[in-house]
Amino acid sequence: MAEYSAFSLLKNALTGNKDWKPAWRKPDPKASYDVIVIGGGGHGLSTAYYLAKEHGITNVAVLEKGWLGSGNVGRNTTAVRSNYLLPQNTRFYEHSMKLWENLSHDLNYNVMFSQRGCLNLAHTPAQLDDYARRGNAMRHLGVDAELWGVGRIKRLVPALDVSGSARFPVLGGLMQPRAGTARHDAVAWGYARGADRRGVDIIENCEVTGFLRDGDRITGVTTTRGEIRARKVALAVAGSTGHVMQLAGISHMPIESHVLQAFVSESLKPIVDTVLTFGMGHFYISQSDKGGLVYGGDLDGYNSYAQRGSLPIVDEVMSEMLALFPGLARVRMLRSWGGLCDMTMDGSPIITTGPLPGMYLNCGWCYGGFKATPASGWCFAYTIAKDEPHEFNAPFTLDRFYRGLIIDDKGQGANPRLH
Amino acid sequence: MLITCPYCGPRDVIEFTYQGDGNRERPQPASQNLDAWNAYVYDRLNPAGDHNEIWQHSGGCRSHLRVVRNTVTHEILSTSFARGGHKTESRS
Repeated sequence: MAEYSAFSLLKNALTGNKDWKPAWRKPDPKASYDVIVIGGGGHGLSTAYYLAKEHGITNVAVLEKGWLGSGNVGRNTTAVRSNYLLPQNTRFYEHSMKLWENLSHDLNYNVMFSQRGCLNLAHTPAQLDDYARRGNAMRHLGVDAELWGVGRIKRLVPALDVSGSARFPVLGGLMQPRAGTARHDAVAWGYARGADRRGVDIIENCEVTGFLRDGDRITGVTTTRGEIRARKVALAVAGSTGHVMQLAGISHMPIESHVLQAFVSESLKPIVDTVLTFGMGHFYISQSDKGGLVYGGDLDGYNSYAQRGSLPIVDEVMSEMLALFPGLARVRMLRSWGGLCDMTMDGSPIITTGPLPGMYLNCGWCYGGFKATPASGWCFAYTIAKDEPHEFNAPFTLDRFYRGLIIDDKGQGANPRLH
Repeated sequence: MLITCPYCGPRDVIEFTYQGDGNRERPQPASQNLDAWNAYVYDRLNPAGDHNEIWQHSGGCRSHLRVVRNTVTHEILSTSFARGGHKTESRS
């Protein structure tokens, strides 16, 4: 029976809310597991959930160095979309979109997925042509995409400056109506509870300090809470991938860790009823259900593990916001923070077996990790359970860089800070 | 973040362009060693800690600099001229 329902809400309201169970246990680590997932963020938790749900593998530990969801799953700007150009990315992210559309029911946990659309603004005729091409590529694979004119954009977002005197006049946009936002903390908590109820041990405050090995084969991990053995060790550590791979003796990866900042304004009445992106810079904005504008821009642009950013990017992001919304000049910024992005050399992720025997790798999420959360865990669980990739993640190998099979959606080349 | 250019002195980070991992070795242009080219183009040392990296003072004297910077604290430990950018294989 569903644990959360109108009936259980009413019953607990009448009995003083004393009967709710904790959403997940706080177990001590066992000596060994079938699978260890390193990283208790969105991707690690969804991996554990789908291992248990889809593949019946429940003797699983998720190891988290801090508290659950303390990394990128709680630091992103919550946008969910599948508006890519290249078919490898489109198929994967569209699978994610389909999982998102049923996620609250699947988890019996309201992740507040709101399909309010994602609109990419175009400011030059060439850009509009490019968006038409991308929209056609999406529609070709069954993904929704619409090319919008300025009038329609103005009706959806009246506060947007679409006048000819704007610094970068808006000429049109590419809309994906099924895109939207979700409440990111609820995603982490929902997956955690779902995995825990199926027998997965979620172990917080347990940092991996090294790997146990038998020759090349990974046979477990050493942690701040002792040694834990496992037949399979799966990494889902996003921005810390470089660091954790070094613990396994792999010093070089096609990845750089960068810091990306995000911002929330004071609460306003509804003003941005979609996810909007600026085409003449790097800026995206949506509005939370509490009314705060949630927005962000570019990476700080240099390797960082600091989870905090610097002021030049704050200045740049605010300038971009005002180029679109001059009327927001006096809105106050409430909070800003930084998260670590594991930027790959082609801007696409890695979900694969290896690179060492007994190891499975999920990383390289660049800007796109949050929207990928369901499909990332779903595909990674398949890969761990079957020792081979699903067709959705088969292109996302680690060796694609050395075999001429890169998936560079933006065509930026091997310069991670530009993806 | 302030970077001390050996020529111009301490300057704000916005005057500089980041060029990444300074440990990469560029093969000679005629080299047909694919592994070496792949490593140069795609592989990066990505430590949580001291990082040897190349910056260009593009908004100043345009010198290429070798900077040792801590990626966790953002503290800059040393700055020097890079002498030709990325390391190159010795000619033999």
